[in-house]
Amino acid sequence: MHNEWLYVAFFFVVGLIIPVGAIGVALILGPKKPNPVKQETYECGLETVGDSWVQFKAQYYIFALVFLIFDVETVFLFPWAVKLGQLGLFAVVEGIIFITILVVGLVYTWRKGMLEWA
Amino acid sequence: MNFWTDPLKMAADWLTGLLTGWGMPEGVAVGLAAFLGIFVLIAILMVIDIFLVWLERKVVARFQDRIGPNRLGPFGLIQPFADIVKLLIKEDITPANADKVVYNLAPILSMMSVLILWAIVPLAPQILGIDLNVAALYIIATGAIGTLSIIMAGWSSNNKFALLGAFRQVAVMVSFEIPMVASLLIPTVLAGSMGMNKIIEAQNIWFVVLSPLGALIFMIAAIAELGRSPFDMGEAESELISGYNVEYSGMKFGMFYAGELLHAFTFGGFWGILFFGGYSFFGLEDVSPFLAIPILLTKAVIGYWIIMWVKYTMMRIRIDHMLAFNWKFLTPLSFVLLMVTALVHVLFKDTSPWLYGLSMLGSNLILGWVVIEFLRRFSRAEREKLEGHAKPAMEAAGH
Repeated sequence: MHNEWLYVAFFFVVGLIIPVGAIGVALILGPKKPNPVKQETYECGLETVGDSWVQFKAQYYIFALVFLIFDVETVFLFPWAVKLGQLGLFAVVEGIIFITILVVGLVYTWRKGMLEWA
Repeated sequence: MNFWTDPLKMAADWLTGLLTGWGMPEGVAVGLAAFLGIFVLIAILMVIDIFLVWLERKVVARFQDRIGPNRLGPFGLIQPFADIVKLLIKEDITPANADKVVYNLAPILSMMSVLILWAIVPLAPQILGIDLNVAALYIIATGAIGTLSIIMAGWSSNNKFALLGAFRQVAVMVSFEIPMVASLLIPTVLAGSMGMNKIIEAQNIWFVVLSPLGALIFMIAAIAELGRSPFDMGEAESELISGYNVEYSGMKFGMFYAGELLHAFTFGGFWGILFFGGYSFFGLEDVSPFLAIPILLTKAVIGYWIIMWVKYTMMRIRIDHMLAFNWKFLTPLSFVLLMVTALVHVLFKDTSPWLYGLSMLGSNLILGWVVIEFLRRFSRAEREKLEGHAKPAMEAAGH
Protein backbone atom coordinates (compact mmCIF):
# COMPACT_ATOMS: atom_id res chain seq x y z
CA MET A 1 0.00 0.00 0.00
CA HIS A 2 2.72 2.48 0.97
CA ASN A 3 4.76 1.25 -1.98
CA GLU A 4 2.02 2.52 -4.33
CA TRP A 5 2.32 6.05 -3.03
CA LEU A 6 6.10 5.81 -3.35
CA TYR A 7 5.59 5.10 -7.07
CA VAL A 8 3.24 8.11 -7.28
CA ALA A 9 6.08 10.17 -5.80
CA PHE A 10 8.40 8.76 -8.51
CA PHE A 11 5.90 9.92 -11.12
CA PHE A 12 5.94 13.40 -9.59
CA VAL A 13 9.75 13.47 -9.67
CA VAL A 14 10.03 12.25 -13.29
CA GLY A 15 7.13 14.53 -14.28
CA LEU A 16 9.17 17.45 -12.93
CA ILE A 17 12.50 16.32 -14.42
CA ILE A 18 11.23 16.13 -18.03
CA PRO A 19 9.83 19.69 -18.37
CA VAL A 20 12.69 21.16 -16.31
CA GLY A 21 15.14 19.36 -18.60
CA ALA A 22 13.41 20.61 -21.76
CA ILE A 23 13.34 24.20 -20.55
CA GLY A 24 16.93 23.87 -19.30
CA VAL A 25 18.18 22.68 -22.70
CA ALA A 26 16.35 25.55 -24.37
CA LEU A 27 18.01 27.93 -21.90
CA ILE A 28 21.46 26.64 -22.86
CA LEU A 29 20.89 26.51 -26.64
CA GLY A 30 18.97 29.74 -27.08
CA PRO A 31 20.56 33.17 -27.58
CA LYS A 32 20.65 35.62 -24.68
CA LYS A 33 20.25 39.19 -25.87
CA PRO A 34 17.91 40.90 -23.42
CA ASN A 35 16.99 44.54 -23.84
CA PRO A 36 14.42 46.72 -22.04
CA VAL A 37 12.03 46.91 -24.99
CA LYS A 38 11.99 43.15 -25.45
CA GLN A 39 11.20 42.56 -21.80
CA GLU A 40 8.26 44.93 -21.67
CA THR A 41 4.77 43.63 -21.08
CA TYR A 42 3.33 42.51 -24.41
CA GLU A 43 0.16 44.34 -25.36
CA CYS A 44 0.37 44.31 -29.16
CA GLY A 45 2.78 47.23 -29.29
CA LEU A 46 1.01 49.58 -26.89
CA GLU A 47 2.71 50.62 -23.69
CA THR A 48 0.99 49.12 -20.69
CA VAL A 49 -0.85 51.48 -18.36
CA GLY A 50 -1.04 50.86 -14.62
CA ASP A 51 -0.53 47.70 -12.65
CA SER A 52 -2.04 44.32 -13.54
CA TRP A 53 -2.10 43.08 -9.96
CA VAL A 54 -5.40 44.66 -9.07
CA GLN A 55 -8.52 43.57 -7.26
CA PHE A 56 -10.73 41.98 -9.85
CA LYS A 57 -14.37 41.14 -10.49
CA ALA A 58 -15.92 39.59 -7.37
CA GLN A 59 -18.11 37.23 -9.41
CA TYR A 60 -15.18 34.88 -9.95
CA TYR A 61 -14.77 34.61 -6.19
CA ILE A 62 -18.43 33.69 -5.74
CA PHE A 63 -18.19 30.94 -8.33
CA ALA A 64 -15.09 29.64 -6.60
CA LEU A 65 -17.00 29.62 -3.31
CA VAL A 66 -19.95 27.67 -4.77
CA PHE A 67 -17.48 25.25 -6.34
CA LEU A 68 -15.72 24.72 -3.01
CA ILE A 69 -18.93 23.69 -1.26
CA PHE A 70 -19.82 21.24 -4.00
CA ASP A 71 -16.33 19.82 -4.32
CA VAL A 72 -15.99 19.08 -0.63
CA GLU A 73 -19.41 17.46 -0.51
CA THR A 74 -18.93 15.32 -3.60
CA VAL A 75 -15.84 13.79 -2.01
CA PHE A 76 -18.21 12.24 0.55
CA LEU A 77 -20.12 10.62 -2.30
CA PHE A 78 -17.17 8.50 -3.47
CA PRO A 79 -17.13 6.05 -0.54
CA TRP A 80 -20.92 5.83 -0.83
CA ALA A 81 -20.66 5.01 -4.54
CA VAL A 82 -18.03 2.31 -3.97
CA LYS A 83 -19.99 0.46 -1.30
CA LEU A 84 -23.40 0.99 -2.85
CA GLY A 85 -23.72 -2.60 -4.06
CA GLN A 86 -23.28 -4.05 -0.57
CA LEU A 87 -25.30 -1.46 1.34
CA GLY A 88 -28.49 -1.79 -0.68
CA LEU A 89 -31.61 0.31 -0.93
CA PHE A 90 -31.25 2.09 2.43
CA ALA A 91 -27.92 3.60 1.37
CA VAL A 92 -29.44 4.72 -1.93
CA VAL A 93 -32.23 6.57 -0.12
CA GLU A 94 -29.69 8.18 2.20
CA GLY A 95 -27.51 9.16 -0.76
CA ILE A 96 -30.49 10.66 -2.56
CA ILE A 97 -31.33 12.73 0.54
CA PHE A 98 -27.70 13.90 0.70
CA ILE A 99 -27.64 14.89 -2.98
CA THR A 100 -31.02 16.61 -2.58
CA ILE A 101 -29.54 18.77 0.18
CA LEU A 102 -26.71 19.65 -2.23
CA VAL A 103 -29.18 20.55 -4.96
CA VAL A 104 -31.24 22.65 -2.52
CA GLY A 105 -28.04 24.59 -1.83
CA LEU A 106 -27.64 25.11 -5.57
CA VAL A 107 -31.25 26.26 -5.90
CA TYR A 108 -30.71 28.71 -3.01
CA THR A 109 -27.64 30.15 -4.75
CA TRP A 110 -29.61 30.38 -7.96
CA ARG A 111 -32.59 32.15 -6.33
CA LYS A 112 -30.22 34.59 -4.63
CA GLY A 113 -29.02 35.59 -8.10
CA MET A 114 -25.45 34.54 -7.45
CA LEU A 115 -25.26 32.53 -10.68
CA GLU A 116 -26.07 35.59 -12.81
CA TRP A 117 -23.10 37.31 -14.44
CA ALA A 118 -23.77 40.83 -13.16
CA MET B 1 5.15 -16.74 -18.00
CA ASN B 2 7.24 -15.52 -20.91
CA PHE B 3 8.10 -12.27 -22.63
CA TRP B 4 5.00 -12.44 -24.83
CA THR B 5 2.50 -12.55 -21.95
CA ASP B 6 4.15 -10.37 -19.31
CA PRO B 7 7.05 -8.30 -20.67
CA LEU B 8 7.04 -5.73 -17.88
CA LYS B 9 7.52 -8.26 -15.10
CA MET B 10 10.22 -10.03 -17.10
CA ALA B 11 12.10 -6.77 -17.63
CA ALA B 12 11.68 -5.73 -13.99
CA ASP B 13 12.85 -9.13 -12.69
CA TRP B 14 15.84 -9.10 -15.03
CA LEU B 15 16.81 -5.58 -13.99
CA THR B 16 16.43 -6.16 -10.23
CA GLY B 17 18.34 -9.43 -10.61
CA LEU B 18 21.14 -7.59 -12.37
CA LEU B 19 21.23 -4.82 -9.77
CA THR B 20 21.15 -7.12 -6.74
CA GLY B 21 23.90 -9.13 -8.47
CA TRP B 22 26.02 -5.99 -8.29
CA GLY B 23 25.53 -5.96 -4.52
CA MET B 24 22.65 -3.52 -4.28
CA PRO B 25 20.07 -4.01 -1.51
CA GLU B 26 16.81 -5.62 -2.70
CA GLY B 27 14.54 -2.66 -1.87
CA VAL B 28 16.75 -0.09 -3.58
CA ALA B 29 17.04 -2.29 -6.69
CA VAL B 30 13.23 -2.64 -6.97
CA GLY B 31 12.82 1.09 -6.47
CA LEU B 32 15.44 1.91 -9.10
CA ALA B 33 13.84 -0.49 -11.59
CA ALA B 34 10.45 1.14 -10.99
CA PHE B 35 12.00 4.58 -11.43
CA LEU B 36 13.55 3.55 -14.74
CA GLY B 37 10.25 2.04 -15.88
CA ILE B 38 8.41 5.28 -15.10
CA PHE B 39 11.12 7.24 -16.93
CA VAL B 40 10.72 5.06 -20.02
CA LEU B 41 6.91 5.38 -19.91
CA ILE B 42 7.09 9.17 -19.69
CA ALA B 43 9.74 9.32 -22.43
CA ILE B 44 7.43 7.29 -24.69
CA LEU B 45 4.60 9.69 -23.80
CA MET B 46 6.73 12.64 -24.87
CA VAL B 47 7.39 10.94 -28.22
CA ILE B 48 3.64 10.34 -28.61
CA ASP B 49 3.17 14.00 -27.74
CA ILE B 50 5.47 15.02 -30.61
CA PHE B 51 3.34 13.06 -33.04
CA LEU B 52 0.17 14.54 -31.52
CA VAL B 53 1.39 17.95 -32.71
CA TRP B 54 1.60 16.54 -36.23
CA LEU B 55 -1.79 14.83 -35.89
CA GLU B 56 -3.45 17.99 -34.60
CA ARG B 57 -2.06 20.10 -37.44
CA LYS B 58 -2.99 17.52 -40.03
CA VAL B 59 -6.55 17.11 -38.74
CA VAL B 60 -7.22 20.84 -38.36
CA ALA B 61 -5.98 21.27 -41.92
CA ARG B 62 -8.47 18.69 -43.16
CA PHE B 63 -11.31 20.32 -41.22
CA GLN B 64 -10.44 23.65 -42.83
CA ASP B 65 -10.03 22.14 -46.31
CA ARG B 66 -6.25 22.52 -46.38
CA ILE B 67 -3.46 19.93 -46.66
CA GLY B 68 -1.40 20.72 -43.58
CA PRO B 69 2.30 19.97 -43.11
CA ASN B 70 3.50 17.93 -46.11
CA ARG B 71 7.02 19.12 -46.95
CA LEU B 72 9.33 17.53 -44.39
CA GLY B 73 9.41 13.77 -44.72
CA PRO B 74 6.52 11.53 -45.81
CA PHE B 75 3.18 13.28 -45.00
CA GLY B 76 5.16 15.96 -43.16
CA LEU B 77 6.02 13.55 -40.34
CA ILE B 78 9.38 15.26 -39.65
CA GLN B 79 7.66 18.63 -39.20
CA PRO B 80 7.07 18.35 -35.41
CA PHE B 81 10.79 17.60 -34.87
CA ALA B 82 11.65 20.77 -36.80
CA ASP B 83 9.18 22.61 -34.56
CA ILE B 84 10.93 21.30 -31.47
CA VAL B 85 14.36 22.36 -32.74
CA LYS B 86 12.92 25.79 -33.41
CA LEU B 87 11.47 25.99 -29.87
CA LEU B 88 14.79 24.86 -28.38
CA ILE B 89 16.87 27.58 -30.04
CA LYS B 90 14.45 30.41 -29.22
CA GLU B 91 15.53 33.01 -26.69
CA ASP B 92 14.13 32.47 -23.21
CA ILE B 93 12.41 35.77 -22.38
CA THR B 94 11.14 36.61 -18.92
CA PRO B 95 9.26 39.94 -18.83
CA ALA B 96 10.88 42.49 -16.53
CA ASN B 97 7.64 43.05 -14.59
CA ALA B 98 6.84 39.37 -14.08
CA ASP B 99 7.05 37.48 -10.80
CA LYS B 100 10.04 35.40 -11.90
CA VAL B 101 9.72 32.32 -9.67
CA VAL B 102 6.01 31.74 -10.26
CA TYR B 103 6.36 32.65 -13.95
CA ASN B 104 8.97 29.95 -14.51
CA LEU B 105 7.22 27.36 -12.37
CA ALA B 106 3.85 27.54 -14.16
CA PRO B 107 4.76 25.75 -17.47
CA ILE B 108 6.58 23.02 -15.53
CA LEU B 109 3.51 22.38 -13.36
CA SER B 110 1.28 22.44 -16.43
CA MET B 111 3.25 19.63 -18.06
CA MET B 112 3.63 17.72 -14.79
CA SER B 113 -0.11 17.72 -14.09
CA VAL B 114 -0.61 15.79 -17.34
CA LEU B 115 2.32 13.39 -17.00
CA ILE B 116 1.37 12.23 -13.50
CA LEU B 117 -2.12 11.35 -14.77
CA TRP B 118 -0.50 8.39 -16.53
CA ALA B 119 0.40 6.88 -13.18
CA ILE B 120 -3.06 5.32 -13.01
CA VAL B 121 -3.64 4.47 -16.67
CA PRO B 122 -3.85 0.70 -17.11
CA LEU B 123 -2.15 -0.03 -20.44
CA ALA B 124 -2.81 -3.77 -20.30
CA PRO B 125 -4.11 -6.22 -17.66
CA GLN B 126 -0.55 -6.76 -16.41
CA ILE B 127 0.92 -3.37 -17.28
CA LEU B 128 -0.43 -0.57 -15.19
CA GLY B 129 1.50 2.15 -13.50
CA ILE B 130 -0.13 1.92 -10.11
CA ASP B 131 -3.44 0.26 -9.28
CA LEU B 132 -4.57 2.98 -6.87
CA ASN B 133 -7.86 2.22 -5.15
CA VAL B 134 -8.71 5.95 -5.26
CA ALA B 135 -7.88 6.48 -8.93
CA ALA B 136 -11.05 8.47 -9.67
CA LEU B 137 -10.15 10.98 -6.97
CA TYR B 138 -6.58 11.06 -8.31
CA ILE B 139 -7.89 12.31 -11.69
CA ILE B 140 -9.67 15.19 -9.94
CA ALA B 141 -6.64 15.97 -7.78
CA THR B 142 -4.20 16.20 -10.70
CA GLY B 143 -6.74 18.34 -12.56
CA ALA B 144 -6.43 20.82 -9.68
CA ILE B 145 -2.67 21.12 -10.33
CA GLY B 146 -3.45 22.06 -13.95
CA THR B 147 -5.87 24.73 -12.74
CA LEU B 148 -3.19 26.03 -10.36
CA SER B 149 -0.62 26.27 -13.15
CA ILE B 150 -2.99 28.39 -15.25
CA ILE B 151 -3.77 30.89 -12.50
CA MET B 152 -0.03 31.01 -11.70
CA ALA B 153 0.83 31.76 -15.34
CA GLY B 154 -1.85 34.42 -15.68
CA TRP B 155 -1.09 36.17 -12.41
CA SER B 156 2.70 36.13 -12.56
CA SER B 157 2.89 37.42 -16.15
CA ASN B 158 1.74 40.85 -14.93
CA ASN B 159 -0.19 41.31 -18.14
CA LYS B 160 -3.85 42.31 -18.24
CA PHE B 161 -4.73 39.93 -21.06
CA ALA B 162 -3.06 37.05 -19.29
CA LEU B 163 -4.83 37.86 -16.04
CA LEU B 164 -8.23 38.07 -17.72
CA GLY B 165 -7.64 34.81 -19.57
CA ALA B 166 -6.49 33.01 -16.46
CA PHE B 167 -9.49 34.18 -14.41
CA ARG B 168 -11.93 33.04 -17.07
CA GLN B 169 -10.18 29.75 -17.61
CA VAL B 170 -10.06 28.95 -13.92
CA ALA B 171 -13.72 29.89 -13.46
CA VAL B 172 -14.62 27.47 -16.24
CA MET B 173 -12.33 24.72 -14.99
CA VAL B 174 -13.54 24.75 -11.40
CA SER B 175 -17.17 24.99 -12.50
CA PHE B 176 -17.00 22.03 -14.85
CA GLU B 177 -15.20 19.97 -12.26
CA ILE B 178 -18.57 19.38 -10.53
CA PRO B 179 -20.23 17.57 -13.48
CA MET B 180 -16.93 15.78 -14.03
CA VAL B 181 -16.92 14.45 -10.46
CA ALA B 182 -20.56 13.43 -10.81
CA SER B 183 -19.91 11.62 -14.09
CA LEU B 184 -16.85 9.90 -12.57
CA LEU B 185 -19.17 8.65 -9.83
CA ILE B 186 -21.28 6.77 -12.39
CA PRO B 187 -18.60 4.21 -13.43
CA THR B 188 -17.70 4.02 -9.74
CA VAL B 189 -21.27 3.06 -8.87
CA LEU B 190 -21.52 0.58 -11.76
CA ALA B 191 -18.17 -1.10 -11.05
CA GLY B 192 -18.26 -0.77 -7.26
CA SER B 193 -14.68 0.48 -7.24
CA MET B 194 -12.61 3.58 -7.93
CA GLY B 195 -9.66 1.58 -9.32
CA MET B 196 -9.17 1.87 -13.08
CA ASN B 197 -8.38 -1.81 -13.53
CA LYS B 198 -11.50 -2.88 -11.62
CA ILE B 199 -13.63 -0.49 -13.66
CA ILE B 200 -12.32 -2.07 -16.87
CA GLU B 201 -12.82 -5.60 -15.57
CA ALA B 202 -16.42 -4.78 -14.59
CA GLN B 203 -17.26 -3.78 -18.15
CA ASN B 204 -18.76 -6.96 -19.52
CA ILE B 205 -21.10 -4.50 -21.17
CA TRP B 206 -19.40 -1.22 -21.97
CA PHE B 207 -20.57 1.47 -19.56
CA VAL B 208 -21.42 3.70 -22.50
CA VAL B 209 -24.28 1.31 -23.23
CA LEU B 210 -25.43 1.39 -19.60
CA SER B 211 -25.00 5.12 -19.20
CA PRO B 212 -24.72 7.04 -22.50
CA LEU B 213 -25.71 10.25 -20.73
CA GLY B 214 -22.87 9.83 -18.24
CA ALA B 215 -20.36 9.37 -21.07
CA LEU B 216 -21.67 12.52 -22.75
CA ILE B 217 -21.44 14.59 -19.56
CA PHE B 218 -17.90 13.32 -18.93
CA MET B 219 -16.86 14.33 -22.44
CA ILE B 220 -18.32 17.83 -22.14
CA ALA B 221 -16.73 18.33 -18.73
CA ALA B 222 -13.40 16.99 -20.02
CA ILE B 223 -13.38 19.42 -22.95
CA ALA B 224 -14.09 22.29 -20.54
CA GLU B 225 -11.36 21.02 -18.22
CA LEU B 226 -8.93 21.05 -21.15
CA GLY B 227 -9.92 24.60 -22.00
CA ARG B 228 -10.46 23.70 -25.64
CA SER B 229 -13.01 25.26 -27.94
CA PRO B 230 -15.98 25.80 -27.43
CA PHE B 231 -14.73 26.37 -23.87
CA ASP B 232 -11.47 28.15 -24.78
CA MET B 233 -12.27 31.39 -22.96
CA GLY B 234 -8.82 31.34 -21.39
CA GLU B 235 -7.01 31.52 -24.71
CA ALA B 236 -9.58 33.28 -26.91
CA GLU B 237 -6.94 34.32 -29.44
CA SER B 238 -9.26 36.77 -31.21
CA GLU B 239 -9.89 38.86 -28.10
CA LEU B 240 -7.14 38.07 -25.56
CA ILE B 241 -4.29 37.42 -28.04
CA SER B 242 -3.42 34.14 -26.36
CA GLY B 243 -4.84 34.52 -22.86
CA TYR B 244 -2.95 33.16 -19.90
CA ASN B 245 0.17 32.17 -21.90
CA VAL B 246 0.55 35.42 -23.88
CA GLU B 247 3.87 36.31 -22.20
CA TYR B 248 5.40 32.88 -22.74
CA SER B 249 7.70 32.05 -25.62
CA GLY B 250 10.11 29.34 -26.67
CA MET B 251 10.14 26.09 -24.74
CA LYS B 252 8.01 27.49 -21.90
CA PHE B 253 5.19 28.09 -24.35
CA GLY B 254 6.00 24.68 -25.81
CA MET B 255 5.33 23.10 -22.43
CA PHE B 256 1.86 24.68 -22.27
CA TYR B 257 1.13 23.65 -25.84
CA ALA B 258 2.43 20.09 -25.53
CA GLY B 259 0.73 19.76 -22.15
CA GLU B 260 -2.61 20.75 -23.64
CA LEU B 261 -2.32 18.25 -26.50
CA LEU B 262 -1.23 15.42 -24.24
CA HIS B 263 -4.00 16.34 -21.80
CA ALA B 264 -6.57 16.02 -24.58
CA PHE B 265 -5.12 12.67 -25.60
CA THR B 266 -5.10 11.51 -21.97
CA PHE B 267 -8.73 12.44 -21.46
CA GLY B 268 -9.58 10.64 -24.69
CA GLY B 269 -7.89 7.65 -23.06
CA PHE B 270 -9.83 8.08 -19.81
CA TRP B 271 -13.04 8.30 -21.78
CA GLY B 272 -12.09 4.99 -23.35
CA ILE B 273 -11.17 3.46 -19.99
CA LEU B 274 -14.23 4.62 -18.07
CA PHE B 275 -16.93 4.09 -20.69
CA PHE B 276 -15.52 2.03 -23.58
CA GLY B 277 -13.82 -0.88 -21.84
CA GLY B 278 -10.24 0.44 -21.86
CA TYR B 279 -7.82 -2.17 -23.12
CA SER B 280 -10.47 -4.89 -23.44
CA PHE B 281 -11.77 -5.79 -26.89
CA PHE B 282 -13.52 -9.17 -27.26
CA GLY B 283 -10.92 -11.00 -25.18
CA LEU B 284 -7.97 -9.93 -27.35
CA GLU B 285 -6.36 -8.25 -24.34
CA ASP B 286 -5.81 -11.59 -22.60
CA VAL B 287 -3.68 -12.88 -25.48
CA SER B 288 -0.84 -10.46 -25.01
CA PRO B 289 -0.15 -6.96 -23.70
CA PHE B 290 1.30 -6.26 -27.14
CA LEU B 291 -2.30 -6.38 -28.37
CA ALA B 292 -3.86 -4.66 -25.35
CA ILE B 293 -1.72 -1.51 -25.53
CA PRO B 294 -2.58 -0.73 -29.19
CA ILE B 295 -6.28 -1.29 -28.37
CA LEU B 296 -6.13 1.28 -25.56
CA LEU B 297 -4.14 3.75 -27.65
CA THR B 298 -6.60 3.37 -30.53
CA LYS B 299 -9.48 4.18 -28.19
CA ALA B 300 -7.52 7.15 -26.85
CA VAL B 301 -6.89 8.46 -30.38
CA ILE B 302 -10.59 8.06 -31.22
CA GLY B 303 -11.49 10.04 -28.08
CA TYR B 304 -8.86 12.65 -29.00
CA TRP B 305 -10.26 12.86 -32.50
CA ILE B 306 -13.75 13.55 -31.10
CA ILE B 307 -12.30 16.33 -28.93
CA MET B 308 -10.65 17.81 -32.04
CA TRP B 309 -13.86 17.39 -34.02
CA VAL B 310 -15.78 19.41 -31.43
CA LYS B 311 -13.00 21.99 -31.25
CA TYR B 312 -12.94 22.74 -34.95
CA THR B 313 -16.72 22.63 -35.39
CA MET B 314 -18.09 24.70 -32.52
CA MET B 315 -17.68 28.41 -31.98
CA ARG B 316 -16.60 29.94 -28.69
CA ILE B 317 -19.35 30.56 -26.11
CA ARG B 318 -19.52 33.68 -23.96
CA ILE B 319 -18.34 33.20 -20.38
CA ASP B 320 -21.66 33.97 -18.67
CA HIS B 321 -23.48 31.58 -21.00
CA MET B 322 -20.86 28.94 -20.35
CA LEU B 323 -21.11 29.19 -16.57
CA ALA B 324 -24.91 29.33 -16.73
CA PHE B 325 -24.85 26.20 -18.91
CA ASN B 326 -22.80 24.46 -16.24
CA TRP B 327 -24.49 25.59 -13.05
CA LYS B 328 -28.09 25.75 -14.23
CA PHE B 329 -28.10 22.77 -16.57
CA LEU B 330 -25.18 20.35 -16.45
CA THR B 331 -24.70 20.22 -12.66
CA PRO B 332 -28.37 19.51 -11.77
CA LEU B 333 -28.60 17.04 -14.66
CA SER B 334 -25.49 15.14 -13.58
CA PHE B 335 -26.74 14.86 -9.99
CA VAL B 336 -30.18 13.64 -11.10
CA LEU B 337 -28.44 11.12 -13.36
CA LEU B 338 -26.32 9.95 -10.44
CA MET B 339 -29.40 9.42 -8.25
CA VAL B 340 -31.24 7.54 -11.01
CA THR B 341 -28.18 5.38 -11.73
CA ALA B 342 -27.73 4.49 -8.06
CA LEU B 343 -31.41 3.61 -7.67
CA VAL B 344 -31.57 1.46 -10.82
CA HIS B 345 -28.27 -0.20 -9.94
CA VAL B 346 -29.46 -1.32 -6.52
CA LEU B 347 -32.95 -2.34 -7.66
CA PHE B 348 -31.91 -4.37 -10.71
CA LYS B 349 -28.37 -5.60 -10.11
CA ASP B 350 -29.47 -9.02 -8.82
CA THR B 351 -31.86 -9.62 -11.70
CA SER B 352 -30.80 -10.89 -15.12
CA PRO B 353 -28.09 -8.94 -17.00
CA TRP B 354 -30.52 -8.23 -19.81
CA LEU B 355 -33.09 -6.62 -17.51
CA TYR B 356 -30.33 -4.70 -15.71
CA GLY B 357 -28.83 -3.38 -18.95
CA LEU B 358 -32.17 -2.48 -20.47
CA SER B 359 -33.45 -0.68 -17.37
CA MET B 360 -30.16 1.25 -17.07
CA LEU B 361 -30.20 2.23 -20.75
CA GLY B 362 -33.92 2.97 -20.62
CA SER B 363 -33.64 5.24 -17.58
CA ASN B 364 -30.80 7.15 -19.29
CA LEU B 365 -32.75 7.58 -22.51
CA ILE B 366 -35.92 8.68 -20.68
CA LEU B 367 -33.93 11.20 -18.63
CA GLY B 368 -32.23 12.52 -21.77
CA TRP B 369 -35.56 12.84 -23.59
CA VAL B 370 -37.20 14.64 -20.65
CA VAL B 371 -34.30 17.09 -20.45
CA ILE B 372 -34.35 17.84 -24.16
CA GLU B 373 -38.13 18.28 -24.13
CA PHE B 374 -37.87 20.59 -21.10
CA LEU B 375 -35.17 22.67 -22.81
CA ARG B 376 -37.25 22.93 -25.96
CA ARG B 377 -40.33 24.14 -24.06
CA PHE B 378 -38.23 26.58 -22.02
CA SER B 379 -36.44 28.09 -25.02
CA ARG B 380 -39.72 28.39 -26.93
CA ALA B 381 -41.27 30.26 -23.99
CA GLU B 382 -38.23 32.53 -23.80
CA ARG B 383 -38.36 33.23 -27.53
CA GLU B 384 -42.06 34.04 -27.40
CA LYS B 385 -41.42 36.40 -24.50
CA LEU B 386 -38.83 38.24 -26.62
CA GLU B 387 -40.63 38.26 -29.96
CA GLY B 388 -44.17 38.63 -28.72
CA HIS B 389 -46.46 35.90 -29.95
CA ALA B 390 -45.24 36.21 -33.51
CA LYS B 391 -46.03 33.41 -35.89
CA PRO B 392 -43.13 31.12 -36.71
CA ALA B 393 -41.34 32.11 -39.92
CA MET B 394 -42.38 28.99 -41.83
CA GLU B 395 -46.05 29.60 -41.20
CA ALA B 396 -45.84 33.29 -42.05
CA ALA B 397 -44.12 32.50 -45.35
CA GLY B 398 -46.89 30.04 -46.26
CA HIS B 399 -49.65 32.63 -46.15
